[in-house]
Amino acid sequence: MTSAVDPTFNISSSVAARPDALAAPAKIKVENLQFYYGSNHALRNINFHVPEKRVTAMIGPSGCGKSTLLRVFNRMYDLYPGQRAEGAVLYDGVNIVGKELDSTIVRTRIGMVFQKPTPFPMTIYDNIAFGVKLHEKLSKAQMDERVEWCLRKAAIWDETKDRLHTSALGMSGGQQQRLCIARTIAVRPEVILLDEPTSALDPISTSKIEDLIDELKQDFTIVIVTHNMQQAARCADITAFFYLGELVEVAPSDVIFTNPKEIKTRDYITGRFG
Amino acid sequence: MASLAARRAKDTTIKAISTGFAVLAIFLLGWILWTLLARGLPALGLNVFTEVTKPPGQNGGLLNAIVGSLIQIGIAMAIGGPIGIFCGTFLAENGKGTKIGSAARFVNDILLSAPSILVGLFIYTLLVVPFGGFSGWAGSLALAILVIPVVVRTTEDMLNLVPVGLREAAFALGAPQWKVVMFITWRAARAGIVTGILLAIARAAGETAPLLFTSLGNNALSTDLSKPMASLPIAIYQFAGSPFDDWVSLAWAGALLITVGVLVLNVASRLFLARSH
Repeated sequence: MTSAVDPTFNISSSVAARPDALAAPAKIKVENLQFYYGSNHALRNINFHVPEKRVTAMIGPSGCGKSTLLRVFNRMYDLYPGQRAEGAVLYDGVNIVGKELDSTIVRTRIGMVFQKPTPFPMTIYDNIAFGVKLHEKLSKAQMDERVEWCLRKAAIWDETKDRLHTSALGMSGGQQQRLCIARTIAVRPEVILLDEPTSALDPISTSKIEDLIDELKQDFTIVIVTHNMQQAARCADITAFFYLGELVEVAPSDVIFTNPKEIKTRDYITGRFG
Repeated sequence: MASLAARRAKDTTIKAISTGFAVLAIFLLGWILWTLLARGLPALGLNVFTEVTKPPGQNGGLLNAIVGSLIQIGIAMAIGGPIGIFCGTFLAENGKGTKIGSAARFVNDILLSAPSILVGLFIYTLLVVPFGGFSGWAGSLALAILVIPVVVRTTEDMLNLVPVGLREAAFALGAPQWKVVMFITWRAARAGIVTGILLAIARAAGETAPLLFTSLGNNALSTDLSKPMASLPIAIYQFAGSPFDDWVSLAWAGALLITVGVLVLNVASRLFLARSH
């Protein structure tokens, strides 16, 4: 359908080959998904698979529906009357957009980190304990262990171990965001959704979070929405491009950033629009 | 375009007028406070706190009124505070765009500016007439009704200031709504909610009209809520209009007590807000 990519386009140099990207089994299968904000048909007929223990990036211009899809994955839209999904999102074979499933159970398995860091107005320790206590009854020692475990996983233990019982609001933005990731990991989900997790952060904090994403995919399935195409190219095994509520193309990141099939994808990643 | 001189003149005039009125407002308030201090301080002896109402000339005090006010405000807050907080929480968390939410918000706004004497008459026909007498309960309930709209409004406003992202983050961990509200949104807004409570106490402390038809007043020290009960505003009303000099100065002492109490609550709420932001 298209010829070679614009030669001035240089993201390809940072893309690692991901030969096994599509070999992993699907953790989430999206089938004929429609999504509505009231009468606004925001997602049309979406079909794609999120592979297990891989990083999947969703890119596209503002308003294309990528964040909407992310919020469908953990039923965030349930909070707002007038928003509804039709079709199926199969998580290990169970349809999570079905009304019969309790959204709190979905959110326990599929955690989410938001664009702006959202530390709760309490201590660093309690920020983590809050989520854990919702689902498990742990002794003090077990809780201490869990807090240390998730802070280490989120690569922020060294910065926080001496101030666990001080307010989380006193941390820097980058630290707050890693605390939010730690808090999400602490309830031991299988999938972590990241909604533009670095767009409010400086370059150093951003690179720390990107390193972290690379670490976390050993244990978790990760879906990241990003406006930053270099970030998608660096972090993601597969990338999905959305445009005007439709999924235009999904492919291993090295393919989508070097040899996309669709003209729209190529135009977007080379900066002709968006 | 007007000349530079003309624009400067206009600027100076407007500045002078607005500064003048600001000074006038501060002057009037200062005058009230000065009169209150000048008349109230000399009357504020130990007897004010230790003696109950006595016949003129016998060195009586305001003990019954102080105790009565504290009891009635305490009960009013115990009833009106939780109702106000929960109603405000409903409006902010669940009542957006719903019919019952808009209706409750509308009624609350009316209640907020309703003349307090209406509330007194309402309780009078609802409690005093059917139960055959004035009582501390009736006074407390009248004050509770005045307190509710203040607390509802401040609670709703303060919860609306909590970022949506904070709620979503708590929901994203799998928290049910009641835990999100209790542990995250209330916590994030607690300074504002407490301020609303303090302002409501300040409002209740100074109300006279709703107590006239409900708890009436009592010259003896009484903690029996089924009997008429004294209160500072009623004592001021009663004493200030009397022909006896010592009663009139007791009224000034009572007015000073209320004003200082309200002032302390206002300053406390400001300090509380400032400290937690």
